Amino acid sequence: MKNFCFALCLALVLFFDINLASSAESGMPQLNTEFWTAQIFWLILIFSSLYLIIWKIFLPKITNNIENRKLRVINDLNETEKFKENAQKKLDEYNKIIEATKKEAKKIVENNKKKLEQDINNKKQKFNEVIENELIAVEKEIESLKKTSISNINKIAVEISSEIIKQILGTEVNKSNVSAIVGDVTKKEAQRL
Amino acid sequence: MATNPMHQFEVYSIGPDISLGVLNLSFTNASLFMLVSAVIISFLLFLGAKKKSLVPSKIQLVTEMTYTFVAKMINDTTGNNAKVFFPFIFTLFMFVLFCNMIGMLPYSFTVTSHIIVTFTLAATIFIGVTVIGFLRHGIKYLELFVPKGVPIILLPLIVVIEIISYLSRPVSLSVRLFANMMAGHTMLKVFGGFVISLGLLGGWLPLGFSVALTGLEILVAFLQAYVFAILTCIYLNDALNLHH
Repeated sequence: MKNFCFALCLALVLFFDINLASSAESGMPQLNTEFWTAQIFWLILIFSSLYLIIWKIFLPKITNNIENRKLRVINDLNETEKFKENAQKKLDEYNKIIEATKKEAKKIVENNKKKLEQDINNKKQKFNEVIENELIAVEKEIESLKKTSISNINKIAVEISSEIIKQILGTEVNKSNVSAIVGDVTKKEAQRL
Repeated sequence: MATNPMHQFEVYSIGPDISLGVLNLSFTNASLFMLVSAVIISFLLFLGAKKKSLVPSKIQLVTEMTYTFVAKMINDTTGNNAKVFFPFIFTLFMFVLFCNMIGMLPYSFTVTSHIIVTFTLAATIFIGVTVIGFLRHGIKYLELFVPKGVPIILLPLIVVIEIISYLSRPVSLSVRLFANMMAGHTMLKVFGGFVISLGLLGGWLPLGFSVALTGLEILVAFLQAYVFAILTCIYLNDALNLHH
C-alpha cells in the first residue's frame, strides 16, 4: 500500500513537476558514489565511538541503577516479610497467653466454687449436728423435767393431801397410804393425758 | 514551485575537504546529523544514568524503559547467552532510532535514508554474525544451510536456497531501512509540494495528508529501528544457537 502510494506520488510528481526533468542530473542522490567513502568513514567513526561510550560508561551505570533498585526492593520485601512473621509470632504468643490465662481463671473459679460448696456443706452438716444434739439434749431435759415434775407433784400432792386431811379430820394420816392414793390418781391422770 | 523531492537526500561537504589518498573523507551534512544523533543519545543516557534515586525521574524512566525494552527483545529472540552483545544491539537500536527520528524534523537530514549507511551497518552485522558463528561452531556452522528433516532429493535445492537467503540478509536488512526512510520522506516532500502548488484553495487536502503521513512516518521510524534491531538479534541467534 505504501509502495503503491510512493509510486503514485512519483508518477504525479513526474507529471506535474517539470523541474524534476531539468534537475534530473542527480537522480537518486543515494547512488552518487562521490561521498560514499566519507559516509562509511564517518559512520564507522561515530558509531564505534558511540558504541564504546555506551558500552563502557552508560550501560554499566544503568545496569547498576536497575540492579540496585531491584535489590533494594527485594530487600525491603524480605524485611517486610520478616516483620510480618514476627508480628504473627507475637500474635500467636499473645493468643496462647490469653488462652492459658483463661484456662487458669476458669480453674480458679471452679476450685473456689468447689471449696465453697464443700465449706457450705460442712457447715450445714455441723449446724445440723449441733441442732440435733441440742434437740436431743432438750428432749432429755424435758424428759427428765417431766419425770422430776411428776414425782415433785406427787410429793406436793401427798403433803397437801395429808395437810388437808389433818385440817379436816384433825388427825395424822399415814403418809404412805396417802402417797399410794396420789400415785394411783396421777397414774390415771397420766394415762388420760 | 515545488522543489525536487529527492533534493533532501543530497549529501554535500561542509567544512574542509579531507582526503586520504584517493578516498574522500570530507565531513558532510550526513556526518553532521550522525554526530547530532550520537550526541543526543549520549546526552539522554547521561541524564538517565546520572542519578541513583530509588524512584526514577522522567528521563531516567525513559532510559531504563529503553534499556529493558532492548534487553527483553534480545532475551526473547536470542536467549540468555547473548548478553555480551547487548551493548552493540542497544547502540544499534538507539542509533537507528535517533537517526530516523531526527530525520523527521523539518530541514534535517535522514542519515538512514542512504543505502550506503544502512548497508555498512548491515554488512558489519552480517560479517560479525558469520565470524561469531564460525568461532562458536567451527565448520559445523555450515550446518545452518542444511535444515533437519529435509528429504535427500530436495537437499541440493534447499542448500542453494538457504545459501542465497543467507547471503541476501545484508541486502534485505539494509534495503528495508533505506527504502522505508526514503519512500516516507519523498512522500512527505511530494505532499508538501502539493500544498504549495495547489495554494490556499486546494492545498488543505494535501496538508491534511501531510499531517497524517508525518504521524505515520514517526511510527515507521520507530518500527524500522525495532525491525533492524530484532533482525540483528535473530541473525545472532542463528550464529549462537545452531538449529535452535
